[in-house]
Amino acid sequence: MTLLDVQNLVLSIHGTSVLKGISLDIAPGEICGVIGESGSGKSLTALSAMQLLPEGSDCSGRITIAGRDVLSMREAELCRMRGADIGMVFQEPMTALNPVQTIGHQVAETILIHEGTSKAEALSRAAETLARCEMPQSRFPLDRFPHELSGGQRQRVVIAIAIALGPKLLIADEPTTALDVTTQAEILSLLRRLVDEDGMGLMLISHDLAVVTGLADDVVIMKDGEVVERRTARTLHRDMTHPYTKALFEASGHQPDRTESRIEEPLLKVESVSRDYLLPRRTFLGAHPKMRAVDAVRFEVRRGECVGLVGESGCGKSTLTRAILGLERVQEGSITLDGRDVFAEPDVRRKMQVVFQDPFGSFNPRHRVARLVSEPFHRLNRSATTDEVDEALTSVGLAPKDKHKYIHEFSGGQRQRIAIARALIIRPELIILDEAVSALDVSIRAQILDLLVDLSVTYGLTYLFITHDLTVVRSIADRILVMHAGRIVEQGTTDEVFEAPRDTYTRRLLDAAPKLPV
Amino acid sequence: MLRYTVKRLGSLLASLVVASLVIFACIEVVPGDPASFMLGINAQPDTVAALREELGLNRAPHERYIAWVSGLVTGDFGTSYTYRSPVSEIVVERLAISLPLAIYALSLTILVAFPVGILAATRRGSLTDISVMATTQLGVAIPNFWFALLMVLVFAVNLRWFSAGGFPGWDEGFLAAVKALTLPAIALALPQASILARVMRSSLLDTLSEDYIRTARAKGLTARQALRRHALRNALIPVLTIIGLQFSFLLAGAIIIENVFFLPGLGRLVFQAISQRDLIVVESVVMLLVFAVIIVNFLVDLAYAWVDPRLRSRT
Amino acid sequence: MTEEGLFRAALRSRNLVVGNLLAAAFAIGALLSFFWTPYDVTELAIATRLQAPSGVHWFGTDHFGRDILSMIMVGAQTSIAVAIVAVGIGMGIGVPLGLAAAARRGSLLDETIMRGNDLVFAFPSLLIAIMITTVFGPSALNAIIAIGIFNIPVFARLTRGAALPLWTRDYILSARVSGKGPVRISVEHILPNVTNLLIVQGTIQFSLGILAEAALSYVGLGVQPPTPSWGRMLADSQTLIAIAPHMAMFPGFAILLTVLGLNLAGDGLRDLLDPRIRNAQP
Repeated sequence: MTLLDVQNLVLSIHGTSVLKGISLDIAPGEICGVIGESGSGKSLTALSAMQLLPEGSDCSGRITIAGRDVLSMREAELCRMRGADIGMVFQEPMTALNPVQTIGHQVAETILIHEGTSKAEALSRAAETLARCEMPQSRFPLDRFPHELSGGQRQRVVIAIAIALGPKLLIADEPTTALDVTTQAEILSLLRRLVDEDGMGLMLISHDLAVVTGLADDVVIMKDGEVVERRTARTLHRDMTHPYTKALFEASGHQPDRTESRIEEPLLKVESVSRDYLLPRRTFLGAHPKMRAVDAVRFEVRRGECVGLVGESGCGKSTLTRAILGLERVQEGSITLDGRDVFAEPDVRRKMQVVFQDPFGSFNPRHRVARLVSEPFHRLNRSATTDEVDEALTSVGLAPKDKHKYIHEFSGGQRQRIAIARALIIRPELIILDEAVSALDVSIRAQILDLLVDLSVTYGLTYLFITHDLTVVRSIADRILVMHAGRIVEQGTTDEVFEAPRDTYTRRLLDAAPKLPV
Repeated sequence: MLRYTVKRLGSLLASLVVASLVIFACIEVVPGDPASFMLGINAQPDTVAALREELGLNRAPHERYIAWVSGLVTGDFGTSYTYRSPVSEIVVERLAISLPLAIYALSLTILVAFPVGILAATRRGSLTDISVMATTQLGVAIPNFWFALLMVLVFAVNLRWFSAGGFPGWDEGFLAAVKALTLPAIALALPQASILARVMRSSLLDTLSEDYIRTARAKGLTARQALRRHALRNALIPVLTIIGLQFSFLLAGAIIIENVFFLPGLGRLVFQAISQRDLIVVESVVMLLVFAVIIVNFLVDLAYAWVDPRLRSRT
Repeated sequence: MTEEGLFRAALRSRNLVVGNLLAAAFAIGALLSFFWTPYDVTELAIATRLQAPSGVHWFGTDHFGRDILSMIMVGAQTSIAVAIVAVGIGMGIGVPLGLAAAARRGSLLDETIMRGNDLVFAFPSLLIAIMITTVFGPSALNAIIAIGIFNIPVFARLTRGAALPLWTRDYILSARVSGKGPVRISVEHILPNVTNLLIVQGTIQFSLGILAEAALSYVGLGVQPPTPSWGRMLADSQTLIAIAPHMAMFPGFAILLTVLGLNLAGDGLRDLLDPRIRNAQP
């Protein structure tokens, strides 16, 4: 018997067609992965099943849950169904919980409103549910507030809210996208365990092919509001027939063609660098406790190399990046570029540029592209010539006429090209790529990686590629540094680190990383 | 929570000290010699000298400041030159009108604004919402003293439901006193209630689009339950800020409205004191009003911590 | 959105059109009064005092026989001038303070500016006016200074609040990588991105300025006779309200409509300039 059955679901929002006849079904105990890039309609499919669509939505077709027709239910029936028969977990654990209520109350509320039990009983069942989600009372009492928990812990609370009443179906919309790799692995195995124990169906929505294929039984591929293919997860890589699926698969494991062109001459030298932060005082007049963000870090980047710096959030890689860029002083150690100290001789900083993660926040929305791209010329005390702007734009695959446009006229991938053009324009020797492809859809990411490789050959660039994503560095880096709790715990060539990791943290990181079937 | 309170208390004291310095400087130091200022240009030199002696102006400014502040702390506000009686007595007498008026107006503001703002937010885009928005738009734009005049014209001159002004005193019975304060309180509350209702509405609308409201709906709460259990308390955070600010506007507004209704409150006192150049009274009343504003903002800070647990644990 | 598209969207916004028309009507009245008014507002005509509105005196006359329409036109000058200068003081001082506080977040400078703001907030403009008047006597200049001082923390807070999240944006980091300093970044990158907010707040403070000027003049702390001002006219009407209610009506409506116009324009501008709302429209 199917648990969730969606037949020919059509959805339009304010007259714009978003879903164009979706059909899919999930059986009890089955994990169905739904994969698609942004705008494919995968989240809206889930919200349709919950009937929590945004205003102005017009939904038709047929959705049944355990044989009951969702689209014909009245609001009161829907409320009885949500939380009891279907639970839902969202992408952003930082904002999914009410900041002014304790986690105990938020979990207990699911039980209270559906079963009308006493508050005390609801709370004690909430405690059990939290414990099932690996949030034991000994460490996380019910009266904790969300802001006292980490992202992964908050996501467990959200999961506890969703499964408190043992729903038949759980919908998880990008449940691990905002989390670190190791936390992601923990949350995924928690979901797997809950499905096995309770026999519920799980609809796992993700943009990440590796996450889904690693966990799901079946995989549904969506594109532009349509289901293009449905396959068994384990054999997807052999059975897939649709060209889009193949393209997605290729892009996810994309390996740019590179030739090694490294010279054994150090360009960037980071020597025993440490950086402390003062934390707020604990007692009224006590000393500020210190937090060591970067701890005696030393490494070299040689000319022509691409070095990957891998670490999870909070490991100190952002602080280190800012220190290398000369934006934040360090307390110990030195950072030299081409033999010159980046703090003592700010002039040398013209030899490096940076590309950031967020294609939306990287540009002043009020300036035109020509002005955005030529900003680094401030270092050279002159403005860019039209030719220089045109060449920079052409070299990243854009047209010279694009320089007259504003940034909002470009897509995410194009913006990242503009960011690269800006980094390239004063011909730096080192480019720091700070999560530069992390926010992009896989197909766009593959194109940008190819572009980076091409540019490094053309302009003889050296890259320091900072990321949390192991797959990406593996495809592009010559050497890898692994950073954990402020220290470089392992460094070596890409093959050494991936094939024979020496450090336990590296091994944990590698184990946690979702892998595509090959 | 204790740390937070102590920290706020510290900044409260600091604000009071700085405010008193500013007021002291403006009123006692800037005009040069307060005694001759108070007596006017035609005063006899010996009268000025006598007043200087009486006010203790022969001492250095910092000594006078310390004497003034220690007086304030012990409830001794000095002696009014024109009334020839202790300022504290006059002020207490006047405060018996101004304080109830401000509280009356603030209560009206909150009692009207909360339900209206919530109603408009929950029925966004409906006829109710549109008429609330239009009415409050007018309420914000109307000068409150003019609105007071209009009410006098309608309810006192034409309908004769209320008297046009004056205050019978609390001795004449609670109801009579409240009745005398009703039109002034409405006049004060109307613009503030309009502002607060709009803030409540937009804050609630913002909150209703938060992720945790979606989480609440996903656990099976009805829209109304989600509003009551999750949105309201979060929406209160910006609303509190506005209430704190409004209190100072209400105090200032009360000074003007008291003049429309001939209420013998602090406002009337200030204007009489200005025209009689009674610096001692002006200084004390301004200090008292500033003190009230600072205290209210301190209470708002504490209310923040009550609403928002993030503030309790941090710093 | 292109400039032309913005203009079309502006015409579609009912708030903006109505608000601008109202505000423009008063601005034109004020400008006109520099050259011409129906009657001379300094001329007393006791014979025709307290006349109800008629074909001769559209808005009637006051207790000195002055034409109320003419006085409202001239009074608009006062209101607009006071409000413009007060907003100018608030922006001119408040915006740089806010930018500096945001650029040096958490520093002593930031802390000083913010605590200073809190302090000024404890003095409503009326109290500032009272203190100034006590010492220097009443005048229009006092009203301007009092309202202006109160506007400073409004703009400083707004600017700082809007600038803080901008400072964490990657484009600011990028500008720093290019070697730009805090002043240059504030002017080049922060200011243009808070201008919309400042314009909207500016209209709001402008209308509050008109209300505050009216209130100060009403209690005699603002513009002094014989210069006509709306608040003053209302004060004069008070004792005569039973026999000449028109004296209270017209200046009151003048204030109400001007403030309403500015507020509507401010709301309209905010909706127009807020990309979240603008992009939601097809």
